[in-house]
Amino acid sequence: MFKSDMTEKVAPKKMYILIWAALMCLTALTGGISFINLGSWSTVVAFLIATAKAGLVVTFFMHLRYERQRTIWIWAAASAIWLTLLIVLTMGDYLTRGFLRVPGK
Amino acid sequence: MATSPQLESSSSTDYLNAEYGVKSWLLTTDHKRIAILYLASITFMFCIGALFALIIRLELLTPDGTLVEADTYNKMFTMHGLVMIFFFLIPSIPAVLGNFLIPLMIGAKDVAFPKLNLLSWYIYLFAACMFIYTILTGGLDTGWTFYTPLSTSYVSSSVVLGALSIFVVGFSSILTSLNFIVTIHRLRAPGLTWGRLPLFIWASYATSVIIVLGTPLIAISMALVALERFFGIGFFDPQLGGDPLLFQHLFWFYSHPAVYVMILPGMGVISEIITCFSRKKVFGYWSMALAILAIAVFGFLVWAHHMFVAGISVYSALVFSFLSYLVAVPSAIKVFNWTATMYRGSLYLTTPMLYALGFIGLFTMGGMTGLFLASLGFDVHVTDSYFVVAHFHYIMVGGMVTAFMGGIHFYWPKISGRMYPETWGRVAAAIIFIGFNLTFFPQFILGYLGMNRRYWHYLPQFQVLNVLSTAGASILGIGYLLPLGYFAWSIRYGRRVGNNPWNAAGLEWTTSSPPPTHNFGETPIVTWEAYNYDELPKDIDMRREETVVQH
Amino acid sequence: MSNISQATAVSIREAVDKHSLHGHFADLEQQREAAKLGMWVFLATEVMFFGGMITGYVAYRDAYPAAFQAGSVHMLFVAGTLNTALLITASLFVALAVHAAREGRRKALIGCLAISMFLGVCFLGVKGYEYYQHYLDHKVPTRSFQWDGPDPRHAEMFFVLYFFLTGFHALHMVIGISILGFIIYFAYKGRYTPEYHNPVENAALYWHFVDIVWIFLYPMLYLVGHTHV
Repeated sequence: MFKSDMTEKVAPKKMYILIWAALMCLTALTGGISFINLGSWSTVVAFLIATAKAGLVVTFFMHLRYERQRTIWIWAAASAIWLTLLIVLTMGDYLTRGFLRVPGK
Repeated sequence: MATSPQLESSSSTDYLNAEYGVKSWLLTTDHKRIAILYLASITFMFCIGALFALIIRLELLTPDGTLVEADTYNKMFTMHGLVMIFFFLIPSIPAVLGNFLIPLMIGAKDVAFPKLNLLSWYIYLFAACMFIYTILTGGLDTGWTFYTPLSTSYVSSSVVLGALSIFVVGFSSILTSLNFIVTIHRLRAPGLTWGRLPLFIWASYATSVIIVLGTPLIAISMALVALERFFGIGFFDPQLGGDPLLFQHLFWFYSHPAVYVMILPGMGVISEIITCFSRKKVFGYWSMALAILAIAVFGFLVWAHHMFVAGISVYSALVFSFLSYLVAVPSAIKVFNWTATMYRGSLYLTTPMLYALGFIGLFTMGGMTGLFLASLGFDVHVTDSYFVVAHFHYIMVGGMVTAFMGGIHFYWPKISGRMYPETWGRVAAAIIFIGFNLTFFPQFILGYLGMNRRYWHYLPQFQVLNVLSTAGASILGIGYLLPLGYFAWSIRYGRRVGNNPWNAAGLEWTTSSPPPTHNFGETPIVTWEAYNYDELPKDIDMRREETVVQH
Repeated sequence: MSNISQATAVSIREAVDKHSLHGHFADLEQQREAAKLGMWVFLATEVMFFGGMITGYVAYRDAYPAAFQAGSVHMLFVAGTLNTALLITASLFVALAVHAAREGRRKALIGCLAISMFLGVCFLGVKGYEYYQHYLDHKVPTRSFQWDGPDPRHAEMFFVLYFFLTGFHALHMVIGISILGFIIYFAYKGRYTPEYHNPVENAALYWHFVDIVWIFLYPMLYLVGHTHV
């Protein structure tokens, strides 16, 4: 049971505007960098910037930073981990096809 | 603890007689009534699935039998699988026993989102109607696995409608699981820490986590198949460079964890039954709880063992084979712990206990043959044969359905306030056990000898075993019909019971049978550990009418 | 033995009377936490739902890199970037709306949500314009798909992914905009207080999630081909 405790931290309005500005800058950054040829690093950089943007949204706009329910932290992490599992293990198949030089393996 | 009276008279208000009328049932938000609604619907769908099974087994009585045409036979096994998996097994224990018991076991008045709970049932109903319409308008013949490009480009059956009905029923599962997760996290009674929860709650929680994280993948798989077929936009079309194996990866990423959805709740029920009828607390509570979580997590890491011969890379196959061996470990731990629980316990061979004992044996056989299949070399030999069919029926029917039957019998007095006839119960359990083994054990042999699954004709040398299998199926059918009969009988004529006819541990047994609408007069405050059988009477006497107040 | 103080009991009664506290919850706090946890669990299902299609994207892009780069060149970069900016700004206003709800400022709540709704509709408008352009350009994956470069079939697969990913995303935008509309209506009716505004919080969570999906779709679809030779 929970004590009736309404003191959840209310973030100041200014913080939201700052985060918005950061997100806009990162968008400009990722858009701009896409015109520079970084070879196979392009994908990595784009993914990292997108992750940073998503991280800002989750942490500040979705209030995960101030979230008292530990369970919610775990669920947010679990979603990311499970998506990673799906992609990594599936790509584990695709990326190792043809290693044996036997047709179909 | 609440001071409930010694004897509960049947004239007091309980959830069954609180309100009368069709509207009070169809618009109920009481989790117990919703559980009954599910019980009725899944029993109906089970009968439909059983009819398909009957036709399969009749067709297989003769090697060249022509009871049905080849295309029709394809539809029979496809729809048997789809109905039994999605409309019977996956909802079974969670939607019926889970809905009924979870709030009671944790001392809550209802689930976290009662209206969402009712919506889940209506979504299930809508999906079931969609699927029945699919059956009536030509059916599906792709195999329950919907493999592409067969399902997207080559068959002419009602794939779009069938796939969409599976999409919809997935939402029913997801919403129910969401409800259970929030309920278990937030609505536990004071003092009920995680370490004091019955293992049924742990199992329900793990099952709900699997459903929440996995079901969206079957949703997207079915949506993509439907879109590809309907709009001709080839996501899996090899002509566009699409990969049929991508479908299989997405499909099995859900459908393998789905089989753990179809066993974990059963394991939870078995823990409740075995402790009660051994009059002992469970052996190794924390290893049981962690094993449940381990099964749920590892279950997500093994899906490509369904694809060993489909064309995945050898390295990938090796990884998945290794992981598949790992996932057997927590299941085995549970079997050892149930056995240890019974050791030096006072065993009562009641109907639920007979089902539980059957579960342990049959699940072990099914589980071990799963290990055979996890071995790459052996799998290449028996994949797509009756060996696989026998393996999964041992787990799903010998395991989960058996646990479901045990659970229904164990909780029937709580649900209905009446006792079923014990002798008939034991007779039916024995018939089911015999019928089941006669049906499915020959199939292990058939598969090993090389009989293919999903074939409507087979080589003549396989006939004897097929005939045995069909004979077993008829016995099994009788075994399942008997409970339908005597449960119905018991509603009117069964002996009335009090709070706790089994002298079992758990909050659900402290309230009346049937419980009042809001479950508990006062919210209980829990200060005792789970399975406190050392504090309960040593014996059960099913002939007694009175109740025993727990605390 | 009751662990609820007299004052809290009174406020609970008031909340029940105002139809905000449902009977099976002990207090508003428990109800709020349950509602929020429920929404996060639901968002986990949405992550996995989009995750399936994203897995398909990763697999096919790895298999056909040149075709995907060539396909991405045909995306309307300005439209995509504008849409990203619109969604991020809409998220800002949704966050500000929640902030207003917590402080009981009803007019600010409704105003911020209305702006977000408007920006969301603009997003859909830009998307619709893009789809129309692709249609005119014969880039919609059906029999009328036309492609001038090498590898037409694999390029078509890029467009299949583009339409499926952005299509499902747009569907979620429509749902999100509708939900915001309902919230505005109930806010106007005075249903939300600093003590009870769960629907606002949870609608905001949903909206932010839809924004996050787009944050990943943007580089996946629009930024792949700019250095393509």
